[in-house]
Amino acid sequence: MNHPLPKWVDYGLIPLLNLVTAFLVAGLVVLIVGENPFEAAYLLVRGAFGYGGGIGYTLFYATNFIFTGLSVAVAIHCGLFNIGSEGQAYVGGIGVAAACLALDHYVPWFVTLPFAIAGAAIAGAAWALIPAWLQAKRGSHVVITTIMFNFIASALMIYLLVEVLKPAGSMSPETRTFVEGGRIPKLDWLFELFGSSLGGAPFNWTFFLALLCCYLVWLLIWRTRLGYEIRTTGTNPTAAVYAGIPQVRTIVIAMLISGALAGMMAINPVMGDQARLQESFPAGAGFVGIAVSLMGRNHPVGIIFAAILFGMLWQGGAELAFDMPNISRDMIVVIQGLVILFAGALEHMYRPALSAIFFMRQSSGAPASAGQANTGEA
Amino acid sequence: MAEKAAEEAGTGKAPKPVHPAIELRGISKSFGPVKANRNIDLRVERGTIHGIIGENGAGKSTLMSILYGFYHADSGDILIGGKPVRITGSQEAIALGIGMVHQHFMLVHNFSVLENIILGAEGGNVLNSARTRARSELERLEREYDMHVDPDAIIEELPVGLQQRVEILKALYRGAEILILDEPTGVLTPAEADHLFRILEQLREQGKTIILITHKLREIMAITDNVSVMRRGEIVATRKTAETNVEQLAELMVGRRVLLRVDKGKASPGETKLSVQGLTVADSRRVTMVDAVTFDVRAGEIVGIAGVAGNGQSELLEAIAGIRRAKQGKVLLDGRPIGVTGPGDPAAMRDRGLAHVPEDRHHMGLVLPFEENENSILGYHTKQQYLNGPLLDIDAIRNDAKAKIEQYDIRPPDCRLKTANFSGGNQQKIVLAREMERDPSVLLIGQPTRGVDVGAIEFIHKRIIEMRDAGKAILLVSVELDEIRSLADRILVMFAGRIVGERTPEASEGELGLLMAGIQDGEGRTGGRAA
Repeated sequence: MNHPLPKWVDYGLIPLLNLVTAFLVAGLVVLIVGENPFEAAYLLVRGAFGYGGGIGYTLFYATNFIFTGLSVAVAIHCGLFNIGSEGQAYVGGIGVAAACLALDHYVPWFVTLPFAIAGAAIAGAAWALIPAWLQAKRGSHVVITTIMFNFIASALMIYLLVEVLKPAGSMSPETRTFVEGGRIPKLDWLFELFGSSLGGAPFNWTFFLALLCCYLVWLLIWRTRLGYEIRTTGTNPTAAVYAGIPQVRTIVIAMLISGALAGMMAINPVMGDQARLQESFPAGAGFVGIAVSLMGRNHPVGIIFAAILFGMLWQGGAELAFDMPNISRDMIVVIQGLVILFAGALEHMYRPALSAIFFMRQSSGAPASAGQANTGEA
Repeated sequence: MAEKAAEEAGTGKAPKPVHPAIELRGISKSFGPVKANRNIDLRVERGTIHGIIGENGAGKSTLMSILYGFYHADSGDILIGGKPVRITGSQEAIALGIGMVHQHFMLVHNFSVLENIILGAEGGNVLNSARTRARSELERLEREYDMHVDPDAIIEELPVGLQQRVEILKALYRGAEILILDEPTGVLTPAEADHLFRILEQLREQGKTIILITHKLREIMAITDNVSVMRRGEIVATRKTAETNVEQLAELMVGRRVLLRVDKGKASPGETKLSVQGLTVADSRRVTMVDAVTFDVRAGEIVGIAGVAGNGQSELLEAIAGIRRAKQGKVLLDGRPIGVTGPGDPAAMRDRGLAHVPEDRHHMGLVLPFEENENSILGYHTKQQYLNGPLLDIDAIRNDAKAKIEQYDIRPPDCRLKTANFSGGNQQKIVLAREMERDPSVLLIGQPTRGVDVGAIEFIHKRIIEMRDAGKAILLVSVELDEIRSLADRILVMFAGRIVGERTPEASEGELGLLMAGIQDGEGRTGGRAA
């Protein structure tokens, strides 16, 4: 029997325990490779938070993961498992690049940005439309179709970059570099306020756009009629039909919003860092979004924390691989994988035990009220 | 083994003074803060039928699960035939001669009767010998207890009453001396229930001990020798059935006096509000579930649809509510047709004054993980009063929910609590408050008191009558014949998708029961309205 746990256990203790477990197992792996796990942990944390540039990179990666995490979360609230955030983010890059290529010579970056946002959202949503439609109308499972669309996106982007977007005479599959009007400025001043320095880290204004999106997603899911319909459809489809909520419309809209959020992730690397559209720029952020959303309990606040955690793993992991020769880049992927495994896939591992411990303590304390007595047997 | 016990117990009803078949001493079981069973003492005498009655959540099922080894008691002793035992699993319970017939049968649907009987008692990797043994043993049991079932019939082709008989045979085949039946009549027609009781009496004659768990007071009175009443995890009383009565038991169950009879005046029906004409509905397998059904419901009357579950009542309600697409036929609401054969639009139905309390509140009427206030607007969330531009007006929604909580005495009175944490009766009140307070002109109600405790039943019945007296047209579907008879002004009996007869509530239970079982009464009235 599963009892509801108090919020601080649910949202604080359980993720923490999962994380600690992940790091313990990762520590064993480091030990097997013949390195000191404590030193490795120290290097990882120092790489991610120890200096201005490290923090900058951590937050830069976190920005990507916030967008993809929100993308996955919105779909999950509608009962859909969107595995296609990766492809949607990739295709979203076209929207960003189109806005930048068209405008960067003529207007400042903050005029380009709204067009880039719109372009990214529209392109990402468009990439989610067909899977959404197939799910809503034909019942084709969205997990299958979005995986397929990741591959199609990959092929499409390579074609576009090599055959269409590559400037004449260039050897690399990427667009020309945007000039000033297509680049989002970095947030050096913010770090200087604290007497630190961003160094070369690409941390930029997109981070605040991501935070704004967190607020908007919260508003959408818990405070709008559409969000109510999305949650009802996702939690109890039969009740949604009973309530007269149009299924096809709700599923399609939820997937479009999910795709749009994934697409907007492209703004960060394309317009905020590289100033050009490159091959494979999402670099797995779409898949990390699944773990971020799971670990953040599909709630925007949780997603921010989970995104920063994964940003830390990405940045600190890179530094660790650099500092410890025995720990290769692949080892870092193993450690990240362990965190995903324990925090995401096995997130309920400790729940039954905690539930038992917690309620044993409680029942020996204050007697249960009549209200609680009802809940247990219902 | 069976004969041995029969010898020991003799054939009479009289309990032997030696050891009771089951004795529970001080059994307690908690789930977290919830004390499901508190210090339970229970003696069940050998060769008797012992009823256990109580509201939903009183702890009956937990107690029986402890006896059958599903749960382990926190404290207390179990004595079987005077010997203390520890039961840690159903295998041990079976070895001790305890058999259980679950509310939801544990049968493999595409297996034959014989295969189901030997399931789990195959006695080896090769089935042939077990099958031969089982066949002869089965014949003996059938002879002994007068319970015939074709051993080669496939389970899903048998009527529910016979499936239940297979469950009983399964327990007897395993040498059960003590049979526990959990709400055995929930799915049976009155005639099937009568037959079951005759079988139980036969088993008692043979010296078997039977524990009957039910919430139906009438069954307790009809068949048991002794009865124990459970309330809030405790046994509050044990009585000899002959020395008690329905009113006393009901009072013990609820802890206060309850009005069992519904107090209602004569209906004064007005104009026709809902008119169903030749409605035919097929399910997803294209099997016709509702077959050319025609009837009217007028303002200020309650039309009850009686029938055994699964005879098309659910589909009928859903088609009228716009949830399920009908194949053909017409439905008029206030004289204007609603497009039942097109894609349904439950939202439009609500706008036209049709409210629907669905049969299955867990699957359809509520979103259980939602907060109570979120469920109190389900289906009405598009109404201006709950909206503030594109946003939901959270204050308006919560205040509205609080008002309903007070008016319908929903407990605990917390509109932010997760709906899953309310008891069945209170969940049903959430649905009723939502649908009734919209002041609909037509109200469809499916199974208003399924899984609802006696105290709440009284309240719900009163509200339904009040709605009728306020001039609403009410269509009531229930598998509880008693409920239909006490609430409805006219009763339509549904069998195999057709309306096979119309009766007044004064019609005898036997007459209605025959109709529900699809037995034509030879007067040419059956099927008349359905044609």
